[in-house]
Amino acid sequence: MMGFRPVTLPVRGPGDRLTALFWRRPDLLLVLLLAPPLLWLGVVYLGSLAALLLQSFYSIDEFSGLVVQEFTLKTYLELLRPSNFDILLRTVGMAAAVTLGCAVIAFPIAYYAARYARGRWKAAFYLGVMLPLWSSYLVKVYAWKLILSKEGIVTWATDAAGASAVLNAVLALPVIGGNSLSTSYIGTWIVFVYVWLPYMILPMQAALERVPQSMLEASADLGATRAQTLRRVILPLALPGVIAGSIFTFSLTLGDYIIPQIIGSSRLFIGQAVYTLQGTAGNIPLAAAFAVVPIAVMLVYLALAKRMGAFDAL
Amino acid sequence: MQTLKLLGTSALAAIVAVVPAVAQVAAIGPGEGQLNIVAWAGYIERGETDKAFDWVTRFEEATGCKVNVKTAATSDEMVALMNEGGFDLVTASGDASLRLIAGKRVQPINTALIPSWGAVDPRLQDAPWYTVDGVHYGVPYMWGPNVLMYNTEVFKDAPTSWNVVFEEQTLPDGASNKGRVQAYDGPIHIADAAQYLMFHKPDLGITSPYELNEDQYKAALDLLRQQRDLVGRYWHDAFIQMDDFKNEGVVASGTWPFQVNLLRAEKFPVASTIPQEGATGWADTSMLHADAEHPNCAYLWMEHSLSSNLQSDLAVWFGANPAVPAACTDGRGMLTPEICTANGLDDFDRIRFWTTPTANCAQGEGACVPYYRWVSDYIGVIGGR
Repeated sequence: MMGFRPVTLPVRGPGDRLTALFWRRPDLLLVLLLAPPLLWLGVVYLGSLAALLLQSFYSIDEFSGLVVQEFTLKTYLELLRPSNFDILLRTVGMAAAVTLGCAVIAFPIAYYAARYARGRWKAAFYLGVMLPLWSSYLVKVYAWKLILSKEGIVTWATDAAGASAVLNAVLALPVIGGNSLSTSYIGTWIVFVYVWLPYMILPMQAALERVPQSMLEASADLGATRAQTLRRVILPLALPGVIAGSIFTFSLTLGDYIIPQIIGSSRLFIGQAVYTLQGTAGNIPLAAAFAVVPIAVMLVYLALAKRMGAFDAL
Repeated sequence: MQTLKLLGTSALAAIVAVVPAVAQVAAIGPGEGQLNIVAWAGYIERGETDKAFDWVTRFEEATGCKVNVKTAATSDEMVALMNEGGFDLVTASGDASLRLIAGKRVQPINTALIPSWGAVDPRLQDAPWYTVDGVHYGVPYMWGPNVLMYNTEVFKDAPTSWNVVFEEQTLPDGASNKGRVQAYDGPIHIADAAQYLMFHKPDLGITSPYELNEDQYKAALDLLRQQRDLVGRYWHDAFIQMDDFKNEGVVASGTWPFQVNLLRAEKFPVASTIPQEGATGWADTSMLHADAEHPNCAYLWMEHSLSSNLQSDLAVWFGANPAVPAACTDGRGMLTPEICTANGLDDFDRIRFWTTPTANCAQGEGACVPYYRWVSDYIGVIGGR
C-alpha cells in the first residue's frame, strides 16, 4: 500500500490572486482596461467640447465687456450680423471650393496610381504623395507666399512668357482677385489645395483599387464606351473614397487659421475669428459660438457622407 | 494729455474698486538662485542669438540668480501665463499691465530698494499704465513708437503725413498708393485712425485716440473702411511684413523700429519717420508677480535692468528707447545719442502710448466704446463691411 503524499500547492503571490480575480470577474478586467481611454474621450475630449458649448450660450455684457453667465441665444444671433456671417460664408465657401479643387486634381493621380502604377513606380508614387507631408506645414506655406508674391516666380514666369495680361486679367476678377496672387482668395485657394491634396489622393486611391477589374471588363463587354464606364461604373464605386477624402479636405480647411493669415487679403476665416475673439477681446462666448459652427457643419456633412456610403467600407 | 490719462486710469481704478493692499517687499535678502521671467521675444538675450548682445550672463555671475525666460508672442499670452503662476517677472505692455494690476497678479514695487530708480526717465516715472493711485506696480523697461516706414526709392523725402496710408493718392514715383501700403492687423489700429482724425478733423473733439465716443469712433471706422481699399494685406507678423516690403511691392506702412532696423541691416532701401500727426507707441514695464517665489532675485534684476548695459544694448537690438535716458550717452553699451534720436527718444510727447480702451473714460461713465467692440468692428472693416 502506498502512503499518502501530501499535495503541496504552489504559494500564491499577489499576481496569481489578481489573475484569479480577473478570471472570476472578467468584467472587472474589461472596466479597468477601458477606463483610461473612456475617461480621455469622455472628460478631456467631450468634456472640453461641452464646456465650449456651454460658453457659447453665455453672452458678453455690452457695457462692461464682462461675460454674463446666464443662458441666452443672443450670442448665436450675433453670428448673423453681416460682418460675422461673412466670415462663416467665406470659410464654408473656401472649404467647398478647396474640396472640389482637390477632388478634381486628385482623381487622375489616384486613378493612375491605383490602376497603372506597378512595382517601383508605385513606391515612387507613394513617396511623391507623402513627401510634402514630411516637411513642416509652415515652411510650405511660407514658400508658397514667396512663389505667389507680386515679385515672385509666378509673376516672373508669366512676364517671361508674355502672359502677364492673363495673370492681370485673373487678378482683376472681382472678389477673388487682388493686388497679387498672394494677397487674393485665389492664392489662399491654391495653397489650401496644395497642402490638403494628399489627404484626398490616399483615400481615393484606396477606393479605386477596390473597384474589381472584372466589372470594368463586363462594362466593356456590354458595349459601354470608356466615358460611360467611368461615369456609370468607376465613379459610383469610388464615390465613398472621394467622400472620405473630402471629409478631410473640408474639415481641415474649415479649421485652419494659419494659411489665411499668411496668404490672402487679411479677411478673417472662422479659425482666425475664434483666435482674435478669445484673445484680447475677451469675448469668449462669441468665440465659442464661432467654434460651434464648424462642428455643426461637419455633423451635417458627415450625415450626408454616411448616406452616400462613405463609411460602408470601414 | 497726461492728466487726462491719469483721470482715465483713476476712473478705471475706481471700477476695479479697491486695489489690493499687497504688502510690498521691505528689504532685499540674498538671491534665491533662480529667476523666471515672461518676456517678449528678443527682450532677454544672453549672447546666444548674437554674441554681441548679452545682458544676462554678467547678472547671473554677480548674483547667482539663474535666469529662465519664457517668451510670449502676445499680451494675452503674457496675462495667461501670469495667471497660471510660477513666474517672478513679466515685461508687460500697456495693454497687459493694467489688466494684471486689476487682476491682482502683480504686487507693488518698493522703489526705495532700487538704487537706480532715480535714473528712470522722469516722463516714465509715474506713467499711468503701471502707476495706480500713486503706487508703482513695476519698473519701466523699454518703450518705442509705431513709426511710418517707407521705401526711400519711392519717397525721396520722408512723408510728412500718415495720409499716405489713409487716403488714396499718387505717390512721388507717379503710381497710386493703392495696393502698395499696409496697416496693422490688430483692432488697436483704430487708435491710429483716431489719432489721424484728431489732427485733421479737430471738430470731432478727440482728446485721446484710446477714448472714443460713438461719433468719434464711427468717424475712425469710416476712415479705416476707406483704407481697406488701399491695403492688399494687413500685417500681423513682423517677418511677413518685411517680406511684403521686399517681394510684394509694399512701399509704406506703420511698423515697429524693429523691422526698419532689420531691413536697413539687409541694405534694403527703407527709412522711418514720425509724421506731423504723431504716432502711437508701446511702453513695457517689468512687473513682479504677486506670489513671486524669487522676489530677491527679481529686485536684483530690476536694478540690473536699469543700471547695466541692458538699457543700452537692448535699445540697439530692438530698435527701442531706454527707460534710462543716460544710457543714450554714457557709453555703457552700444547705444549712441544718434541711435536714440533715430528710435524716437525726442518724440516722447508726440507718442500716445497704448492703453486698453474701456467704456468708462474721461468723457464719462460708459461714454466710450470698449475694446471688445473695437475687435468685432475691426473684423468687419477688414472683411469689407
